[in-house]
This record gives sequence, C-alpha cells and structure tokens, in this order.
Amino acid sequence: MSNDASLLIIACGALAHEITALIEVNRWQHVSIQCLPAELHNRPEEIPGAVKAKLNETGKQFDQVFIAYADCGTGGMLDKLLEAEGIERLPGAHCYEFFAGTDRFAQLHEREPGTFYLTDFLARNFDRLVIQGLGLDRYPELQEQYFENYHRLVYLSQGDSADLLERARGAAAQLGLEFEHVMTGYGQLEESLIRVASPTA
Amino acid sequence: MNDAPDSKVPEDDEIDLRALSNDELVEQMHDDLYDGLREEIVEGTHILLERNWAPDKVLNDALVEGMRVVGIDFRDGILFVPEVLMAANAMKGGMQLLRPLLAETGAATIGKMVAGTVKGDIHDIGKNLVCMMMEGAGFEVINIGINNSVEEYLAALEEHQPDILGMSALLTTTMTYMKVVIDTLIEKGLRDDYIVMVGGAPLNEEFGEAIGADAYCRDAAVAVETAKQLIAERRGRRLSA
Repeated sequence: MSNDASLLIIACGALAHEITALIEVNRWQHVSIQCLPAELHNRPEEIPGAVKAKLNETGKQFDQVFIAYADCGTGGMLDKLLEAEGIERLPGAHCYEFFAGTDRFAQLHEREPGTFYLTDFLARNFDRLVIQGLGLDRYPELQEQYFENYHRLVYLSQGDSADLLERARGAAAQLGLEFEHVMTGYGQLEESLIRVASPTA
Repeated sequence: MNDAPDSKVPEDDEIDLRALSNDELVEQMHDDLYDGLREEIVEGTHILLERNWAPDKVLNDALVEGMRVVGIDFRDGILFVPEVLMAANAMKGGMQLLRPLLAETGAATIGKMVAGTVKGDIHDIGKNLVCMMMEGAGFEVINIGINNSVEEYLAALEEHQPDILGMSALLTTTMTYMKVVIDTLIEKGLRDDYIVMVGGAPLNEEFGEAIGADAYCRDAAVAVETAKQLIAERRGRRLSA
C-alpha cells in the first residue's frame, strides 16, 4: 500500500530550496509546497497569523498538511495554533537546531554562547536579511551594538557550495567574528519530511 | 532673476538650534530624536540647560516626550528596531549630560529597574532596547548586562534596591533560568519586594505566569507601558495599606 494522500507543506521561504530538492529527489508527486516570506523572521509574532491564513486559504484542498517551521521565535504561539488544528511542525526552536540536530546544536552553543549562525539561505541572502534587515546598511554604527557579545560565526551548510562557503567566510570577516564551518546536510528537516511524505510499506 | 540659492539659507538646510524659541527647540528635538540624531540632541540639551531649564524639565519635555512618540510608532510597526536603537542612542547623548544634574537636584524618577540577560545567554539587543526605552520614559535603569547568575541578580537587587527586576533570554535552553532566580527570591523572602518582568523571543504569557513573574512583555514598548502600570498599582496598594 502506498501513501499517496496529498500533502501540503507550508514552509518558511528560507527552506524552499531544500524542500523542493527533497521533493524532487524523492519523487514525491503527491507533495506540494507553499512558502511564506522568510522576512517574517524579523517579525516572528506575525508567523502564526500568516500560517493560519495560508491554512484557511489552501489547507482544505489537501488530505494532510505539514508545517515547515520550528518555533522560530513565536514563543509557543505557533504550537498553540497547530495543536488546535492537529497539525505537526518541524522539531526544535529554530532552523539552526533542526539542521544541526538538537544535541550538536547544544554542544555548539555550550562551547561558545556568543555564536552567530548562518545557513545556506542566510549565507546566500546575507546582505538582504542580515545587513539590511538589521539596518546596518543605513546605520553601520549599530554593528558594535548588535555584535559586541559575539565571538564566532558558524556556517551550518546544507549543501556543498564553494561560493556559499566563501560568502559565509566573508560575512564573518565583515562582522569581525571567527569563522567555523559545520556541514549539517538537511538534518532533521529531511528526517521529518521523509517520515510524513514517504510511501508507507 | 536667476535660480541662485538665497545666501541667507544655510547650506544643506541645517537648522540653527540656537535661533529657535524654547517651544520650537523642544519640537525640533522631538523630530531629531525620531531621526536618531545624537549630536543635535546633545546640542539641544545644552541649549535648554543654558537657558536655565531645570534638568528634569529638559528630560520630561524634550527627551521623554520625544521617546514616547518613538515608542508609539515602534508599537504600531511604523518604526523598527534599527530606528529605535538610533533614537535611543540619541537620547543617551542627552542623558549623559542630564544624569549628573538630575542626581544633584535629587529629581524623583518614576521608578527604578535592574535588568539583565540570564546565565548562559549573551543576547542583549532586546534587553538593551527595553533599558533605553525605560530610561526614555523616565525610569532609572541599571543594566547589568549578559550571562547573569542568580547571585549576580541578587547582588544587584541588594545594591540598587529597584522597584523592578527585568530578565531576558533568547534561547529555550536559557529561559528556564528565570524560574531559578524567582524561586530563589521566594526562598529568601524577597519576592514581594520587586516587580518581576520577563521577556525574550521564545517566551510567552503562559511561561511568564508559570514561572511566577508579574508580567511577560512582548517588546520594549509593551515593557514601558507594563512597568508604568505595575508601578502605579503597587504604589496605590501601598497608599491604601
């Protein structure tokens, strides 16, 4: 028996590339993805409302829905919504955790609490989401205020791109931080999607 | 006639603050705070003091009122964190001049807060924003920084005797330390001496209630309003006791 019930993944735009790749490589023809803007991370209190609106708009057209967000700074408000709807989300507090894995992320944090993290998406969009998002293009004098407690930038890479590695290294230099690269692959994102989307025996 | 600029108009439209009346200057300082112009705020503060304004009048009429508007627009999503940080930095420029004068004159603040990020956590942008907005609203604020142990919180409370203890965390793994601090206050019989306010991205109202805080504050603007309200309630209770 195969699980060919239709599945909608409502995802953070920062995960679009990775989820699309997983759908293609696994040939999940019953799976659709709809993304919300990654910029919502700068206003996380708006994430539950945006997910709810997307659910109301398209959720009923599918047999099953999965939310490709972690808590993402919603302070449990996303969980409250999803509990009421009976819908599952990705594990953990944020994408750094589900990419690295809970234990490895905890170790990284314990070794250096003053760590700023980048993923492939953030390395690719560093200028738009970090520099412009924090207003450093307009107010470069705020850089010290934002980053004075940080000592290290860890690039948690999903793929194997020399270009992104170079960009991440450049971001660390721009912020005056030590650089470390940790290859995570898709981590718990892949595990979670395989569990909810793969055909069952 | 030609299009040559009028020689009386200063180049780049710079405003001569000294040429403004008191009311005009205060209004200009509100605009300059909104635009995060620290040098202009420092100069405006100097001018008002030279005109024999009392330090607390400069604080309240020029800085607090200007930051009130910043706070409203932050709450309403018109201004964002970078702009509010710039406004708060501008206000700090004025406060550096006023603080020693306010201490000399013994002007009363509307309340005092000790605030710090909890042990294991180095994130402090939100907490610093709260501190600056609270100061901008007329509170005296002692910012004890990041990575604070329960002993460090207790030492700061004993030293500064504030009305409010503010605690902040950005991580789910560190936010639970707030309960350690509150439980220690209870054990030592100190809990009722302070209003405890908590904040940070992974927190919510239920968490604040569960750990025994007096309030969870979603952002800096909410923190200021909540602090004013809780201080007023506390003073009201003391008066009626």
